[in-house]
Amino acid sequence: MTTTHTSPATPEAPATRPPAKSLLARLVGNAAAGPLAALVIAVIVFALTTDTFFNIDNGSLIVEQFLVVGTLALGQTLIILTAGIDLANAAIMVLGTLVIAKLGQHSLPGGLALLVGVLLCTAIGAVSGTLVTRLRLPPFIVTLGVLSVLTATGQLFANGESFGVSSGVLTFLGKRSYLFGQIEVTNGMGVAIVLIVGLWFLLTQTSWGRNVYAVGDDEEAARLTGINTRRTLLSVYVLAGFVYGIAAWQALGRIPNADPNAFQTGNLDSITAVVIGGTSLFGGRGGIPGTVLGALVVTVLTNGLTQAGIDSLYQQVATGILVIVAVAVDRVVRRRAA
Amino acid sequence: MNQPRSDAASAQAPAPHTADVVMSASGLVKRYGNVVAISESDFEIHAGEVLAVVGDNGAGKSSLIKALTGALVPDAGTIELDGRQIHFHGPRDARAAGIETVYQTLAVAPQMDIATNLFLGRPLRREGFLGSGLRMLDHKKMRTQAAEQLDRLGIATIQDITQLVGTLSGGQRQAVAVARAAMFGTRLIIMDEPTAALGVRESRQVLDLITRIRDRGVPVVLISHDMPQVFEIADRIHVHRLGRRVAVVSPRTCTMTEVVGLMTGALQMGADGTLLESTTQHMPDEKATSHRPPESPE
Ligand SMILES: Nc1ncnc2c1ncn2[C@@H]1O[C@H](COP(=O)(O)OP(=O)(O)O)[C@@H](O)[C@H]1O
Ligand SMILES: [Mg+2]
Repeated sequence: MTTTHTSPATPEAPATRPPAKSLLARLVGNAAAGPLAALVIAVIVFALTTDTFFNIDNGSLIVEQFLVVGTLALGQTLIILTAGIDLANAAIMVLGTLVIAKLGQHSLPGGLALLVGVLLCTAIGAVSGTLVTRLRLPPFIVTLGVLSVLTATGQLFANGESFGVSSGVLTFLGKRSYLFGQIEVTNGMGVAIVLIVGLWFLLTQTSWGRNVYAVGDDEEAARLTGINTRRTLLSVYVLAGFVYGIAAWQALGRIPNADPNAFQTGNLDSITAVVIGGTSLFGGRGGIPGTVLGALVVTVLTNGLTQAGIDSLYQQVATGILVIVAVAVDRVVRRRAA
Repeated sequence: MNQPRSDAASAQAPAPHTADVVMSASGLVKRYGNVVAISESDFEIHAGEVLAVVGDNGAGKSSLIKALTGALVPDAGTIELDGRQIHFHGPRDARAAGIETVYQTLAVAPQMDIATNLFLGRPLRREGFLGSGLRMLDHKKMRTQAAEQLDRLGIATIQDITQLVGTLSGGQRQAVAVARAAMFGTRLIIMDEPTAALGVRESRQVLDLITRIRDRGVPVVLISHDMPQVFEIADRIHVHRLGRRVAVVSPRTCTMTEVVGLMTGALQMGADGTLLESTTQHMPDEKATSHRPPESPE
């Protein structure tokens, strides 16, 4: 059916033209509107109620505090997008820090120790992914098992000790410098930005990312359209494992000491950030920008409530409420689009 | 296996020359535990035809076409495409061979937009290194082509191709799945109840589309419950019952009542292609199931 409106310059018929979206809406997507609003409100409230919150130094501090759990949340996002969940991510990261630090102390040059640690985290991701795709076990169960095994492994490996790392590659991400002479930044922030942009690119601009969303949205539909769902799922767990390896590097940059008891709630914190960021626990919707905002919301809440002198228990109350609100919103949206 | 034979006096569809067979299957079996979804069924579609597949609910029609498109791997039997035996390991293989399917479940992703759904599993990539090296998607081209395609097919009043498929009506979703099949099917298009959720006007548009697809040389398998529809556009009718093909008839020499009779087992097709009253119609009987499909030599 040819329409008279059609011309070579505008091949789309008027009836099926996509609506114009604002640049902001296109950048963050609708899913990220909620966490963005939450972040703005939190910043305004803390700026008005405390004297110490709204300044450049505290801004830098917030971003630094964001790095480790934020990075864990990036990997977690990949898995939740496929309708999975990763309870083991912080344990993978902690084991990574222990291995990197121990190897770096004694046997290997820092760069090599780092490489071994990151590869180990990636390999553990591959193991989880294989169990999920080959044995068709629920991700919750698989990663619960991996969490348990790795927590014990970390303790056995550390044998009651923690391992300090000396400077060099291993603390490189904690190294500070100043932008325009006054904005404090760390190398870790640069690495986080590269990771964020890289993952955003993969998820939104490549066919791999398409397949990840499709598998999370409806795995059987994805399979019937010829998507290799197993390979896609496995690649998600492998990539997430790699991201946890980077999180281990970030953690050593923040605190140059690998402690088997650190980040015990890192898994739940990362899930919290992802959920507040608007990524659906049912899979197929959400993404990296939302997670970055969600992790920032959690960090700002913690930081701001501390600055306001409020008991840290109230921080947990506040994040808890936010999580429930975010999931409730998700259900409503989901019901509308199904 | 299939020898040409002619029997002008019977209800049986005239068997065309073997060279015309696009896809065929014989002895297909698929079991789900104790349920036999496909029970030694045969299948055959010829060049340039619309083949209707009819049968009661649970007869195994969907399972049959899933076996043909790699969506399930049959326990036994052989499938041939253009005279060569094939083994599809998944839907991807069938799509690569130019076979497109509208599954009964539609196989659409509800939280993705229409344009994305049309290109699901076979996205358009950017030209040059961006596409081949970085595997970057060409979002714009996909949107443009999706809009063009939907307009050209004229099977849906869809205003915005960036609308999420989950927000569409059941009929619109079906239209998206049909459009996708029509867009990519070059060898064979299979539609499993594509008009089930459609209104009168939309059904008409899909039927017209099926005719157009056939006329441009791509055969179509149409699974449908709608007898008038089947009799209007099918060139041959494959009747499925209890997991197997029990007859292939021509809509020109056969009545709707007779086809329904074959579906329910009230009628059987004799070896000579004539229809007989079944005496044991209430039993899921040795007699009806041991009956060879008419095109196989006895
Ligand atoms: N995935 C499955 N698991 C178990 N049984 C199935 C499955 N798919 C189909 N069946 C059974 O196989 C039989 C044929 O189903 P189907 O092919 O969907 O029939 P139709 O499309 O003709 O209605 C039914 O009894 C159905 O319950
Ligand atoms: Mg069916």
